[in-house]
Amino acid sequence: MRRWLADRWVMGAALLVLGYLSLPILVVAGLSFNRPSSRLSYDFNEFTLDNWTQPCATSDMCDAVIRSMEIGLIATVVSTILGTLMAFALVRHGFRGRAGINGLIFLPMATPELVMGTSLLALFVAAGVPQGFWTIVIAHVMFCVSFVVVTVKARLAGMDRRLEEAAMDLYASEWQTFRRITLPLVLPGIVAAALLAFSLSFDDFIITNFNAGTTVTFPMYVWGAAQRGIPPQVNVIGTAMFVIALLLVGASSLRGRRARRAALAAPVAPRPSAMSGS
Amino acid sequence: MSALAHVPTSSGQAAAPPPRRGRHTALPYLLLLPGAAWLLVFFALPLLQLAAASLYDPGGSLSTGYAMTWAVGNYPEALQAYWPQFVRSFLYSAIALVLALLMGYPLAYAIAQKAGRWKNLLLVAVVAPMFTSFLVRTLAWKTILSDNGWVVGLLRDVHLLGPDGRLLATPVAVVLGLTYNFLPFLVLPLYASLERLDPRLLEAASDLYASPLRAFQKVTLPLSMPGLIAGTLLFFIPATGDYINAELLGTPNQYMIGNVIDSAFLVRLDYPQGAALSFLLMAAILAIVFVYLRKAGTEEVL
Repeated sequence: MRRWLADRWVMGAALLVLGYLSLPILVVAGLSFNRPSSRLSYDFNEFTLDNWTQPCATSDMCDAVIRSMEIGLIATVVSTILGTLMAFALVRHGFRGRAGINGLIFLPMATPELVMGTSLLALFVAAGVPQGFWTIVIAHVMFCVSFVVVTVKARLAGMDRRLEEAAMDLYASEWQTFRRITLPLVLPGIVAAALLAFSLSFDDFIITNFNAGTTVTFPMYVWGAAQRGIPPQVNVIGTAMFVIALLLVGASSLRGRRARRAALAAPVAPRPSAMSGS
Repeated sequence: MSALAHVPTSSGQAAAPPPRRGRHTALPYLLLLPGAAWLLVFFALPLLQLAAASLYDPGGSLSTGYAMTWAVGNYPEALQAYWPQFVRSFLYSAIALVLALLMGYPLAYAIAQKAGRWKNLLLVAVVAPMFTSFLVRTLAWKTILSDNGWVVGLLRDVHLLGPDGRLLATPVAVVLGLTYNFLPFLVLPLYASLERLDPRLLEAASDLYASPLRAFQKVTLPLSMPGLIAGTLLFFIPATGDYINAELLGTPNQYMIGNVIDSAFLVRLDYPQGAALSFLLMAAILAIVFVYLRKAGTEEVL
C-alpha cells in the first residue's frame, strides 16, 4: 500500500512538471489562432485563422525566417563535415595531443554563450571584419562543431568493429569498407548531429546578437519585435517549428520500430546487404 | 548543451583507439585539422582578444580606436558599477536551480523507474519544448503571467497576491522563466543516471528496514550523483549568463549581468568594460564549477 502510494506520488509530481514544461507550447499554439487587441497585447482576444492563411503578412518576419534557414543550412553542412572528421580521428586513431583536442571540443560547450558572443565580437572588431551574414555563419559553425563531434563519436564508439573486419577479410578495399559498411552504420549518428546543429543554429540568439551587424535572423526579429509589438504570425512560426520537429521524431521512431520488428521476423539476423554488391 | 552529459562516457569508451598501420600516421591530423583550426581561430583566439580588450584604455572609443594600456583598473571599476547585477545573476540562477531540482528530480526518477512503456513518450515530452524557439516560448510566459490571465487572477482570489499584485515585471517571473527554460538540461543527464539504477537495490534497502527516505539518501541519491552533477552544471552555466528572461519577463530592476554586458557592447559601445565584465562572469562561473566539482567529487553527499 505504501509503495503503491509512493509510486503514484512520484508519477503525479512528474506529470505536473511535464504540464509546466508543456504550458508555453500550448499557449504559443493557441496564440497562433489569436487576433490580438493591440500590437503590444499578449492576451487572448478572439479566434482567427488569418495568421495561418497569411503567415507572411509582415514580410520582415518571413525574410528573417528565410535568412535563419540559409544560415542554419550552411552552418549545418560545414559543422557536420568538420565535426564528423574530428569524431573519426578521435575514435579510430591514436595521435599525440588527444587531451588538448578533447579540451578544445569540450570548452565551447561549457563556456557561457554570452562570453563566446562577446569574444568573437571583440575579434571581428579588432580584425576590422564587417559583421553580417557570414560572421553569423562563422559563429554558428564554431558552437555547433562540438555538439556534432560528441554526437557522432557516441555512435562510432558503439559500433561493432567486427563488421568492418569481416568486410576486409572478404577482400573489400579500405575505401569499399568505408563506403559500404562504416558510412551506412554511422549515418544515423551523422543525421542526428546535423539535425541538432540546425536546431541550435536556427534558434541561437545570444551569440548571433553580438555578431550580426544589421543582419536580422528570426530570433533577432522576435527580440526586436518584443519591444515594438509582436505580430501574431511569430506564433505560427513557433507552432510550425514544433510540429515539424515532432513529425521528424515520430517518423524516426516509427522507422526504428519497423526495423526492429523486421529483424525479429527474419529467421537469421539481417546482414548488411551492401556486401553482396562488391 | 544536452550533449555535454555524454562526454565522459563516450570518451571513456574511446579511450583505447586501435593502432593503425604506419602509413596512416598523418591521417588523424588531417581529419582533425579543419575542425581544430576553426575552434582555435573562432573560439580560443577570440578569448585572447577579449582578454586584451578588457585591458584597453577606457578613455578610447570605437571610432578613435582603443590603446592597449594594460588598464587592470577596468575590472574593479566594472565590478563596482555593476555588482548588484552580478549578485542578482547568481542569486536568480541559484534559486531557479533549487526549483529545478525540486521539479526535475521527481520527473527524471518517474521517467527512469516508473514509466514502463511510456518512457520514450515522456522523454520526448521533456525535450519537446526545445523544438520551438526559445524566445517565442519565453514570450508565451508573458501571456501566462499576464495581469489579466488566470494565474494572476487565481493568486489574487486566494490573496497570495494583493488586488494590484502582479507577477510580470517581478523577480518571480524572471526566476520562473529561468527555471522553465533550462529544466530539460537538468532532467536529461539526471534521467540517464537514474535509468541505470537497479530497482532491486531499493528492495534490498527496504528489506533491511530502511525507510523510503533513508533508502533515497543512501541508495538513490549517491547512485544518481554523476547525472545530478552534470545536470546542475548544464543548468547553472547558461542560466547565470542568460539575459533573455530578465529582459522579456522583468524590468531594468531585474536586469542580470548579461543585460549589462549586452548594452556595454551594443548600446554604450564601452568595449573595455564589456570585456572586463564578460571575463569576470566566466571567472566566477569557472570558480563555482571548480569548487562544486571538488566538493561533489571527494565528499560523501549527505
